[in-house]
Amino acid sequence: MAIVTLTIDGLAVSGRDDETLLSIARQHGVEIPTLCHLDGLTDVGACRLCLLEVEGSTRLLPACTAKPVEGMVVHTSTPKLQRYRRMIIEMLASEGNHHCAVCVSHEHCELQRLAGSVGLQSVRVPYLYPDKKLDATHPLFVMDHNRCVLCTRCVRVCHEVEGAHTWDVGFRGIKSEIVAGLRVPWGDVESCTSCGKCVSVCPTGALFAKGATVAAMEKRTAFVKYLVTARRSKEWVGDILEEGDE
Amino acid sequence: MAKTLTIDPVTRIEGHSKITILLDDAGNVEDARFHVNEFRGFEKFCEGRLLWEMPGITSRICGICPASHLVTSAKAGDEILAIGIPEAADKLRRIITLAQWVQSHALSFFHLSSPDLMLGFDSDPAARNLFGLIAAHPEFARRGIRLRKFGQEIIEVLGGRRIHTPWAVPGGVREPFTAAGRDRLLAGIPEALATTQMAIATLMLMFERHAKEIPAFGNFDTMHLGSVRADGALEYYGGTLRLRDADGNTIADGIEPRDFDKHFAEKTEPWSYLKFPYYAPLGPEKGIYRVGPLARLNVCDFIETPLAEAERLKFKALGGGAGAVNNSFHYHYARLIEVLFAVEKLEQLLRDPATLDEHVRSKASINRHEGVGATEAPRGVLFHHYKVDDDGVIQSVNMLIATAQNNLAMNRAIRQLAKHHLTGVAEITEGLLNRLEAGIRCFDPCLSCSTHAIGQMPLLVELTRADGSLLARRAR
Repeated sequence: MAIVTLTIDGLAVSGRDDETLLSIARQHGVEIPTLCHLDGLTDVGACRLCLLEVEGSTRLLPACTAKPVEGMVVHTSTPKLQRYRRMIIEMLASEGNHHCAVCVSHEHCELQRLAGSVGLQSVRVPYLYPDKKLDATHPLFVMDHNRCVLCTRCVRVCHEVEGAHTWDVGFRGIKSEIVAGLRVPWGDVESCTSCGKCVSVCPTGALFAKGATVAAMEKRTAFVKYLVTARRSKEWVGDILEEGDE
Repeated sequence: MAKTLTIDPVTRIEGHSKITILLDDAGNVEDARFHVNEFRGFEKFCEGRLLWEMPGITSRICGICPASHLVTSAKAGDEILAIGIPEAADKLRRIITLAQWVQSHALSFFHLSSPDLMLGFDSDPAARNLFGLIAAHPEFARRGIRLRKFGQEIIEVLGGRRIHTPWAVPGGVREPFTAAGRDRLLAGIPEALATTQMAIATLMLMFERHAKEIPAFGNFDTMHLGSVRADGALEYYGGTLRLRDADGNTIADGIEPRDFDKHFAEKTEPWSYLKFPYYAPLGPEKGIYRVGPLARLNVCDFIETPLAEAERLKFKALGGGAGAVNNSFHYHYARLIEVLFAVEKLEQLLRDPATLDEHVRSKASINRHEGVGATEAPRGVLFHHYKVDDDGVIQSVNMLIATAQNNLAMNRAIRQLAKHHLTGVAEITEGLLNRLEAGIRCFDPCLSCSTHAIGQMPLLVELTRADGSLLARRAR
């Protein structure tokens, strides 16, 4: 482990070389939009919303997985990045069936909030209206594939924190879908402990409590970092009690 | 030579439609049809969704009476959960149902129909709308707008928003009522009452002014269907269904909403997306019935509040004694009597301390696979019928809307008006168009897509020969 110094949006900052650029930026008050990232879970760089521009590199780097290098000059919000982020949200919107007005997560949805923050007013690509189903076979929870953005937070929290590995990603490309067990109805999967962690971390209305009505689903995610810290360090501290965590 | 007259679109109603008049070789009216040319598919795309989402989804059917769909859907959900809802939730749902009556009926009378009644059927169509009304009778229009606002305000205080609130849910409602909300709403009661009484007095003057026209304004015999309480009182949220004929004889009584499909059937016609329900034992011809304010006042034995009951007795007299009131023009009067009842009853309910109880939702999982909810929406009895699987996923949806139940009667009303005002000459006069539209407006049909409350849509009339070629066209 070494300390490196770098520049983020003109700000001279320092950080450990085993931290991510996202972590260093946030420690210094620089906000970068994220969707698949969640404090406490392994990062996978899936959503590409946190892409950064690094001077001297033609590649854009995801902040959640990229590591700092001495003397690096990083930009987090150039016009090009803003354009890309907007396009990513447009593609997510067109690829699923996101009807905010009648969704359980309306007004509490990370995707909806991101759409607002990137200034999304309309979608320029055709909507695909895929024929997707919901799985209500679990006695307490529901998985609605129409609203899933494949961030895989549910897969990771179930594997890494609960240890059950009930969820996985099935199929490929645009046909990818979150599957329970070996693609069986959720209610039939014996590994599921019904802990509800996947529901809590889901950024949209894809996973929700059975019985939830329009705009009634509010999620808490801070417990993940709390549990992970407690296991690793035997320190039961954290911001689990703070409301409005993201 | 046989000809067809087309009025497209029909303005100042909620939704999209047109009227065609078919003339025979002698130029006499053979038939007249009210076409509903919008298709929405709610019943289909609700399949596969969850029961608990249905109130929020179906309230989106209409921006005029979302609260009616909301509450009816929640009641169908109660049936499927097979639970009793808390007393406070029952009373709060009653309040929002009456608020829906107030705002929708005020809209129908003041915004949509008053321009015809107050400015005259033959006044300049460019000014025969809400703005023309505001110019000619500013105080009358202002009070009407405020009455509608009062109804909307109740919905907002209870549901958090005026339009498309998801507040009612299977098992009850989501949020308890507050004393502050109650006090705010009670403060609006005196003005709402005074405005309604003023509207009734104004309508009495209109009876005199249009005395020659009224007898042919959709005046024909049909049965009437509406909800009544166990003691025969006018009902709006619960109760059972009663069917009476044009002479006031009770044909069927005590019909539970869940049995409606055993008593009523629907036929379809290739020229309209709106289905034609009828009372099954009598078949599609004789089984014609009307729903809504006129029908409700015809089927009930009394109204539980004093001012509205006094008006109901005057209303009954219009039918000449024991028989029912069969003239569709009197929908207007019945509608205003219902507003009077709603305002009186709202005051009673708002003063009831039970509405402030904080226990407003019972919870359960799926205990039945089928449920029917019914309430009296402003335009008539509304049914939501759902079938679900063990997990609560919707397998089928059937919604029977009030306007559909008036479909046969609306067609008969325009046929009567066309025959009365189109005699011998195949000429499209302004007067004819205006009366046909006004005839439809008596029923206050809600075709549930958009509101053309300011009457700005163009009116297109086409006169075609039997072979379909155009004979004449008139637009405004």
